[in-house]
Amino acid sequence: MPFESLSERLGMALRRLTGRGRINENDIDEMMKEVRVSLLEADVNYKVVKAFIKDVKEKSLGERVMKSLTPGDQVLKIVDEELKMLMGEEATPINMNPNGTTVILLAGLQGSGKTTHAGKLASYLRKHYNSKPLLVAADIYRPAAVNQLVTLGKQLNIDVYEQGTSKKPEDIVKEALAYAKAKSNNVVIIDTAGRLSIDEALMQELVNIKNIAKPHEILLAVDAMTGQDAVNVAIQFNNALSVTGCILTKLDSDTRGGAALSIRYMTNIPIKFCGMGEKLDQIEVFHPDRMASRILGMGDVLTLIDKATENIDETEAMNIAERLQKGYFNYYDFLKQLKMIKRMGSLKGILSLLPGMGKQLKNIDIDDKKFVYIESIIGSMTNEERKNPELVNTSRSRKERIAKGSGRSYPEVNNLTQQFETMKKQMKQMMGLSEDEMEKMSKGQYVPNMPKQKAKKGKGKNKGGFRF
Amino acid sequence: MGLFSIFKKKKSQDNKALEKANKYKLGMAKTRNGLMNKLKGLFTSYNEVTEDLFDDLTDIFIMADIGVETTLDFIEELKEDERVEDVTTPEELHPIIVDKMFELYLKNEIVDTSLNIKEDDLSVLLFVGVNGVGKTTTIAKIAHRLVEEGKKVLLAAGDTFRAGAIDQLKVWGERLGLNVVCKAEGSDPSSVIFDAIQIAKEEKYDVLLCDTAGRLQNKTNLMAELEKMNRVIKKEIPDGPHETLLVIDATTGQNGLSQAEAFKEITDVTGVVLTKLDGTSKGGIVLAIRDKYNLPIKFVGLGEKMEDLEYFDLEDYIYGLFGDDDE
Repeated sequence: MPFESLSERLGMALRRLTGRGRINENDIDEMMKEVRVSLLEADVNYKVVKAFIKDVKEKSLGERVMKSLTPGDQVLKIVDEELKMLMGEEATPINMNPNGTTVILLAGLQGSGKTTHAGKLASYLRKHYNSKPLLVAADIYRPAAVNQLVTLGKQLNIDVYEQGTSKKPEDIVKEALAYAKAKSNNVVIIDTAGRLSIDEALMQELVNIKNIAKPHEILLAVDAMTGQDAVNVAIQFNNALSVTGCILTKLDSDTRGGAALSIRYMTNIPIKFCGMGEKLDQIEVFHPDRMASRILGMGDVLTLIDKATENIDETEAMNIAERLQKGYFNYYDFLKQLKMIKRMGSLKGILSLLPGMGKQLKNIDIDDKKFVYIESIIGSMTNEERKNPELVNTSRSRKERIAKGSGRSYPEVNNLTQQFETMKKQMKQMMGLSEDEMEKMSKGQYVPNMPKQKAKKGKGKNKGGFRF
Repeated sequence: MGLFSIFKKKKSQDNKALEKANKYKLGMAKTRNGLMNKLKGLFTSYNEVTEDLFDDLTDIFIMADIGVETTLDFIEELKEDERVEDVTTPEELHPIIVDKMFELYLKNEIVDTSLNIKEDDLSVLLFVGVNGVGKTTTIAKIAHRLVEEGKKVLLAAGDTFRAGAIDQLKVWGERLGLNVVCKAEGSDPSSVIFDAIQIAKEEKYDVLLCDTAGRLQNKTNLMAELEKMNRVIKKEIPDGPHETLLVIDATTGQNGLSQAEAFKEITDVTGVVLTKLDGTSKGGIVLAIRDKYNLPIKFVGLGEKMEDLEYFDLEDYIYGLFGDDDE
């Protein structure tokens, strides 16, 4: 993946703060830098990013973040909430004319996918609105554009009105409307040639078509992979035509699609549909709320944060963190942590919420019973042993007794105590690490004085093990 | 700037060349004006070189879609450049920035934009890219250029997927007076290319240009299809394809990097064609592509007509982005 997700970025920024307790305004600034880069990498327009960061920073300076134990997560949540607010929570439906023919005009730059989406849209409206669409081939410039629409019409069994390339697009549209009336087509979709927004002659042609057709929807096709210029294009088309909605095409690519946010923010034009593949049924109603986490590149990390916030007791977590720092971490603390994690659901479920984990999880067997075993082993320790892990660690007879008591094998008990010690050491040292060392470690490089990790249990990477 | 003069095209060679150079400038004018005004405005709005100035400079780079990482690295290096220490007024930054852009692009190499066309044997050129970037139009433009150079050119309609794609290439073939090898829509594109190579060999063509369907780089099966096409060419012509050109739309944002990476992995991409540069987009992502994946830009597309293609001229491009308003 060429891009790091915002959660990873914030994670790195946060490590600068590790072990310092509460955060201050400078820390927030550091985090805002990461938010900025992340949004820019998602192709969100730089002006939008600026305004956005200003809002998020103000909100982040509130108590919610400053007093939180998990400031990174809280900032992430604010970013997500703001994004969702900007994008709009709900899908905007298409304007259908309730009493008569609905006319839809498609416009956009060259190669943005107008013709393909004219076909997709026709098929969608026939299926979901039970309509009888007519496609109009008004792109007389690009070689074989008319043929392309005719071919799509054949594939879909939908009527196409075409007059070749010798007539003016305005005339074709005029005739097509009469044709639709005669053939009782109640939806007319006009495909136009791709054009640059600065091409005055061709933009005038679109205005002429608009005046003739009086469309109920003027949809701008925008390539989801568009960069900074998406805003200018949308503004220019909107100024000329008063666009009523966007189709975000090629959203099945691996783009983060920041153009969607930029357009929404700068023009307030809703995105109504998105193209999700080359097949003609691959058009979907656009759900703005789902776009937010995609722009952030975070999968369902936010769901996870919600779960964690619901289930983790901050004071308790804080106590454990403090104890850890002082080297007092014992089996009681460990047990408490386990319980907090368990409250969030099964381990497999939690892991599946992490971006990129879905597929890999299929082949991994995660045994939630391991938690139960660990609990039973700790349950068979005496109070003294739980408070003072050294006792168990150094005595074979204690381990044997615990194994018998918990019904687990001796090696299992031995394993647990060893892992516990390693984890304890690692976490303690990690809290004292500099940022450079942290980064090295996350890249798997050697860091002096770090104990060798014996069994990778996925713990200890984050401070305290309770941070996700 | 003497070091870079080798990249200057011999523009005044004849009137035709001059005409083309002018078109290039016209095409770039909107780009040029937008950015240049911004850069000039920036330099005049600051009295001294400050951190804020560098931040605003970063915005200008970002706005041109030059990759985020490339931009941030560039600005960092600029700040640390020893020449910047001696700078007293913001205007003095200007030549340093341009210089560093050259360095970024050239990387102490001689970047050759010319096509690898063999003198006395068949050369095969493969065109790849995502959907709607202008592959077919670019092929027509390059074919036109090669025909003018006296080459015998054959086109292969390797986009058998998109409706009307074969017809589109056929229309260009008619306009250019060139033969187009094609099969029915939906047939295996590799077989089209195989047939085209046989015909090209038998009938002693100089150049074969292979169109391919647009494909998103994250579609495994479509990338495998492209790999097969590449393999077929390699099998028939051991040193082919002689050029694999990745076509990138100037409006493309950061995803251009992902495109370059993926297509480079599947085929031996030899260069980039930057299309639609006559619009308002700057296409700066190609600088990041050069920076990260070492792919040179060979051509730029500047319009819809077959003449609207120019060799990439680094000096024009960079001065187009940041240059003086003296032309």
